[in-house]
Amino acid sequence: MKLIARLALYVCLLAAPCVVAAPNPAALNPAEELQRVEGEVGRYGGHLVIGQRSEPKTLNPVTATDAVSREVIGRLMADLITINRASQQSEPGLAKSWTTSADGRTFTLKLRKGIRFSDGHPFDADDVIFSFTVYLDEAVNSPQHDLLIIDGKPLTVTKVDQYTVLFTLSRPYAAAERIFDGLAMLPKHILEKPYREGRFVQSWSLNTPPAEVVGLGPFRVKEYLAGQRIVLERNPYYWKADHDNHRLPYLDELVFLFVGSEDAQVMRFEAGETDMVSRLSSENFALLTKERTRTGSQLVDLGPSLEYNFLVFNLNDLATKKLNIISGKQTWFRDLKFRQAVSAAIDRDSIVRLVYGARGTALWGNVGPGNKLWVNQAIPHPQRSLDASRQLLKSAGFSWNNASQLLDPSGKAVEFSIITSSSNTQRMKMATLVQDDLAHLGMQVHVVPLDFRAMLDRVFQSFDYEAAIMGLGGGDPDPNPEMNVWLSSGSTHLWHLGETQPASDWEREIDQLMQQQMITLNYEKRKRLYNRVQQLIAENLPFVFLATPNVLAGAKAQVGNFHPAVLDHYTLWNADQLYLRTETRGMERAGIR
Amino acid sequence: MRTKMLILLLALVLLHVIVIFAGFIAPYDPGVQNRELPYAPPTRLHFVDASGFHLRPFVYASMLVVDSYQEDRTHEYPVHLFVRGDDYQILGMFRSNAHLFRVDEPAHIFLFGADGFGRDEFSRLLYGGQISLAAGVLATLLSLTTGTIIGTISGYYGKWFDESLMGSAELFLSLPWLYFLIAVRAFLPLHVSPAGTFLLLICVIGLIGWARPARLVRGVVLSARARNYVSAARGFGASDFYLLRRHVFPETFGVLLTQAALLVPQYVAAEATLSFFGLGVSEPVPSWGNMLSTLQQYNVLVSYGWLLAPAGALVVTSVIYWWLADALHSRLKSHSI
Repeated sequence: MKLIARLALYVCLLAAPCVVAAPNPAALNPAEELQRVEGEVGRYGGHLVIGQRSEPKTLNPVTATDAVSREVIGRLMADLITINRASQQSEPGLAKSWTTSADGRTFTLKLRKGIRFSDGHPFDADDVIFSFTVYLDEAVNSPQHDLLIIDGKPLTVTKVDQYTVLFTLSRPYAAAERIFDGLAMLPKHILEKPYREGRFVQSWSLNTPPAEVVGLGPFRVKEYLAGQRIVLERNPYYWKADHDNHRLPYLDELVFLFVGSEDAQVMRFEAGETDMVSRLSSENFALLTKERTRTGSQLVDLGPSLEYNFLVFNLNDLATKKLNIISGKQTWFRDLKFRQAVSAAIDRDSIVRLVYGARGTALWGNVGPGNKLWVNQAIPHPQRSLDASRQLLKSAGFSWNNASQLLDPSGKAVEFSIITSSSNTQRMKMATLVQDDLAHLGMQVHVVPLDFRAMLDRVFQSFDYEAAIMGLGGGDPDPNPEMNVWLSSGSTHLWHLGETQPASDWEREIDQLMQQQMITLNYEKRKRLYNRVQQLIAENLPFVFLATPNVLAGAKAQVGNFHPAVLDHYTLWNADQLYLRTETRGMERAGIR
Repeated sequence: MRTKMLILLLALVLLHVIVIFAGFIAPYDPGVQNRELPYAPPTRLHFVDASGFHLRPFVYASMLVVDSYQEDRTHEYPVHLFVRGDDYQILGMFRSNAHLFRVDEPAHIFLFGADGFGRDEFSRLLYGGQISLAAGVLATLLSLTTGTIIGTISGYYGKWFDESLMGSAELFLSLPWLYFLIAVRAFLPLHVSPAGTFLLLICVIGLIGWARPARLVRGVVLSARARNYVSAARGFGASDFYLLRRHVFPETFGVLLTQAALLVPQYVAAEATLSFFGLGVSEPVPSWGNMLSTLQQYNVLVSYGWLLAPAGALVVTSVIYWWLADALHSRLKSHSI
């Protein structure tokens, strides 16, 4: 008898983790203004396991800067107006509708009535006002802060009634509704106290008890195990439903395993321990494609991403920096013909083939073919031509000695180094190809792989570099987020940082065009302005553009509603609609349970 | 015993001769990229075609079809011996363009396949051996010279010389070198030419390794110093220099030779480790270490097994040297008894 009792206890203990199931979705309430979503109707249940390259650093949506943290936070939080990742258009989120005044300066947002946070507390205009107070507070130092400052003045937020909020901008702002995307609405009832006490920045760390991390996203935190995983469970009060009146999300749990690297992500996926991978390199994509039938997975090549990789020469003002050797070489770098010659000598097709295994696209400008709405089709795509390069160099006064080394007009051999991040094998490969291409012109190029942090430090702080291969972009197809790159005063104006006034006429013209497109509300007119910006960039080559990778993602075959997008977050943007046709075995394979 | 030693010595000489004459044996220049042939698998040598058996092997041109390579069977390219090709230098002195074997363009003969840039792995292996083996041998010389000087002084003069020198030797042995080197790299100028990096590499590897031979030499010197004939010679008024040269130093030869045979493979591996972490000779100059560093990528490791060739070369080299060290050691033991 005793033995049986003990056995029964063991059975209970073993079964215990399975018994604590995810909360069932709350019954639909007619007073709730839910959002109905299109798409396949799924089935409830299951765990979706995802491998992450590193651990998230925080769960605070206001202060998070790294992609890994945002990957998790994005599933916990929701925004007022959202950019649909599939259509790239803005669509209602927590705001069920919005109107813009005729002058384009005031936005009236109507909030959904009757919806609740993940702890059951109702959501209304006070939460919105509180959230914007936090985002606009300079002491909080949110990375989104600058987005809300238009023309030096912050936008103002006023509560009209419990479900209506009025936003006023200091001047018209193109596509202003897009700035609401990614701005998570915060629970005033939870966060007001720490905010008033000046502890906001420390709140919602990974060690905060899960019950205190409250949001409006499809999931809420269930548990966090340092160094291993973070588990999210269904938010039973989520405000979206499918057209069969099932409250979303379908999944019981979303599990993020901390696996360490892209290769580890791929290995875990191959082993069936995870159900989804995104941001795949082309080599790993090829590898997974070969094993597609064995692993039972669906792999998607979405075509060109919005990222652009480029070679940039150091054109910074080095007068105060004591970098004489580099400032000597800047005479070449400043010469447009030199940059054109470099650009003409680069074999971009080989970069696409060797670096991206043909799953990429060559680039001649900052906007690639992946950005269908904004790409300037008139930018020329000249063929690689070493002859054209030599002509350009010759006309700029360069010559060659007997050993076919390139000499500058003063007779000095052209030799410089390209720094790049040693952890990015693709950019390392690009650097080696560019090195070989330029060797054909008689330039001696050294490739210097550096730790990513060390490289950023040289590019942004010390300016102690000659040229660098880097990548930018990938967020939003709209031109506005690119402002900080192209405005001469921008914080990512990489080739020449900290300009007090535009260093050249074309930079001045870009400044004017970018400012103007920001306040132009008509798409056609904005497109014309941005086309001219792209043209100026392509003509003056502050960056020598190289190539863009395709967006590659994969998931187990049984994952339904898997519609990866070229925008971040590529695969989890519709996590609320993902479902499992049959249960996957990832959890057991990964040794959870 | 003797024959084993001879065989090993012969193998060792052969290995070094092959590497020195890399330019002649390798069919291609190690830096030339064939951008239409990334990760081409090893070229198959054929002897039989539709018309029967051929004594002279031939190859087919490779072509990339979707994601895999196929042989273009429309044309045969016989392997030619002693033909003209890319220019090269041997030992930095003799220029030539004669190659042991090659096939006509557009076909390529990649005995060990090609890397991600379509560069011939076999040629790179031979040229890379020049860097890796030279680094091993030169660093060993440097290490043994420093070690011998310090060990001799320490063992012969004893007292505080001994204590301070051997104390620092222990300190040297206990430092975590890899982290130290990674830190040092951050302070070096942005770009050092490949030759500069090579010299630096030898100095770093060689100078870090002085401690162990120094301790061994010190032991030998210590025991040699106490021999009766040394005391006798001292009694006859022999100078320190004479004693060291005539009586003490010859005692250390055996130990030094064995140490050399042990250190060379160890230092070749050290070069590989440093290059693996990006601290060694940089692209496009090949070395066994930087060739292996591409295998850090999982997909390369599982898909392109032929790129493990430098690891094979490292193993072969190490094994030859270790067996030699072993043979030397037992020979030494039998002599001293």
